[in-house]
Amino acid sequence: MLSHLDFEQSIVELETKIEELRHLGDAANLKIAGEVSRLEARLDRLLRQTYAKLAPWQKVQVARHPRRPHCTDFISGLIEGFTPLAGDRAFADDEAIVGGLGRFRGLSVVVIGQEKGADTDSRVKHNFGMAKPEGYRKAQRLMAVAERFGLPVVTLVDTPGAYPGVGAEERGQAEAIARSIDVSLALRVPVVGTVIGEGGSGGAIALAAANSVLMLEHAIYSVISPEGCASILWRSGEHARDAAEALKLTAADLLHLKVIDEIVPEPVGAAHRDPATAIRHTGDAIEAALKPFLALDGPALKARRREKFLAIGSQFLI
Amino acid sequence: MNWLTNYVRPKLRALVRKPDVPDNLWVQCPSCEQMVFHREMEASLHVCPNCGHHLRLPADRRLAILFDDGVYQTIELPRIEADPLKFRDRKRYGDRLKETRAKLGADDAIRVAHGRLGGIGVVVAVFEFGFMGGSMGIAVGEGLVRAARLAVLQRAPLIVFPASGGARMQEGILSLMQMPRSVIAVQEMREAGLPYIVVLTDPTTGGVTASFAMLGDIAIAEPGAVIGFAGARVIEDTIRQQLPAGFQRAEYLLDHGIIDMVVHRHKLRDTLIRLVDLLVNKRAADVVPITAHGDPSANGATRPNGADRTGEPIPAERSHDHRPRAD
Repeated sequence: MLSHLDFEQSIVELETKIEELRHLGDAANLKIAGEVSRLEARLDRLLRQTYAKLAPWQKVQVARHPRRPHCTDFISGLIEGFTPLAGDRAFADDEAIVGGLGRFRGLSVVVIGQEKGADTDSRVKHNFGMAKPEGYRKAQRLMAVAERFGLPVVTLVDTPGAYPGVGAEERGQAEAIARSIDVSLALRVPVVGTVIGEGGSGGAIALAAANSVLMLEHAIYSVISPEGCASILWRSGEHARDAAEALKLTAADLLHLKVIDEIVPEPVGAAHRDPATAIRHTGDAIEAALKPFLALDGPALKARRREKFLAIGSQFLI
Repeated sequence: MNWLTNYVRPKLRALVRKPDVPDNLWVQCPSCEQMVFHREMEASLHVCPNCGHHLRLPADRRLAILFDDGVYQTIELPRIEADPLKFRDRKRYGDRLKETRAKLGADDAIRVAHGRLGGIGVVVAVFEFGFMGGSMGIAVGEGLVRAARLAVLQRAPLIVFPASGGARMQEGILSLMQMPRSVIAVQEMREAGLPYIVVLTDPTTGGVTASFAMLGDIAIAEPGAVIGFAGARVIEDTIRQQLPAGFQRAEYLLDHGIIDMVVHRHKLRDTLIRLVDLLVNKRAADVVPITAHGDPSANGATRPNGADRTGEPIPAERSHDHRPRAD
């Protein structure tokens, strides 16, 4: 059963109809084939129209779509010989953060990302992509490996946020996030970060203090979830739609604010309709973003990264 | 250097300044609810004489009780123009800003000052919790960057007093970006080889904790201060359990190894002076004599038996006794 979003009702109806027709007639039946291609053309038009003008709240839903490709899908699609590395060497291995060594378009790289999981078991295993301190400390350790061997770092951001729990606080959640940002900003190797789904607050920036920050067309990136923002500022979670609007969390908004560097276009009807294409496009964009940084030396990479973040928002200061 | 030109005499200003509650000469302690005469509360540095609760301090008061003779110079900081996101919840952010600025006579939630602490030049950044919950937006992040740059320029230690609910939601993603920006400020201090001390005050939460506030060379907290990343209510909703006693309080963090010490406000100035002296005057010959003043408890301060991690120095003859917890 294909899960669908509320604004996709007519799209899903069309998709079901096409599927039924395909099932019904054999390929030889020209009448059915003609009907199918007619409906497909209509579906394509409808998808293009709908997805070209998604409201922020709709983007939030698309970014969280359960069938949207997740971190491990991107890794298996883009990284050859991926070799996961585990643990923070102090407390545990946090599987909300997946990372390791691998070859990306011919280059040895360190990949670090948040994985939400795709079914009940894997969601629990990955804690829905919400990392604890040990996850961020694992990320720091992997960044240190990259630094030691001069490997570029590729990060894939997809998290509702850092995990809010007693143990996480006791083990220094805030320090772990702060230190990840610190380590990332000090790296003398290229860092390219991509928000592939949900860029949730501190948990996201811990992996996104990068030389170049990319964002998928229908991904979101925000200081707080629309639900959290609504419950604080409107004192009611029901205003999440308004909060999504106000927070300016879409890729287009963030590019306009100069917080991200590039938008990676998604296939018609978003990444969950054609994950392979979405992943390939993302790979192309990461490769292109990485290229100019490969020519720079360590101090320049670090200096450029810091200048980039220092410049963010400065247009609003007087 | 024209941003250095705003010289003030805060002590004089504090004298002529109207008290926050002009009609009320009595202050109620939010913890024990005892009514305390306002002069007595001020004399005790806003620590309840009855129960020891540390009340929140306005930024200018914090600066006045910290610096030698209460003398310091604030630097002018850039402010944000209007409203970067045109953010509107139940109220326009632009209006909220305007009202808060008018009410507090401050441009944003941070003040940066420099002056002498125990005779040593220091730069201090203080959060104004009364300004939209001390939330960190572009101007606050910029204030921290400027504070670090001033400290580097003066070859001075930087002391930061956060008091903040976290990121300023009304500035959306731009407030999140203050996390890396403030971390860069810390890195500039580190690269200049200068001390960066954080004094965590009530409350320090969210994106503020998860950036510059947890990266101090030395981390001090005031007693009872709430310090954490996630809000207690959010955690309760997630785990559906009652939180342990003292959760996210300064003492709890000390026990979990997150901070170096919990220091009573009456001892804070002395502790900071000693730390700064040890980190700056690395040989005894460098030491400039300190004149004691200002702190009501500075004279004859004795260390309660067995109480370490309170910022009190351990006497030399028993300094091998690392973690005495006799009481």
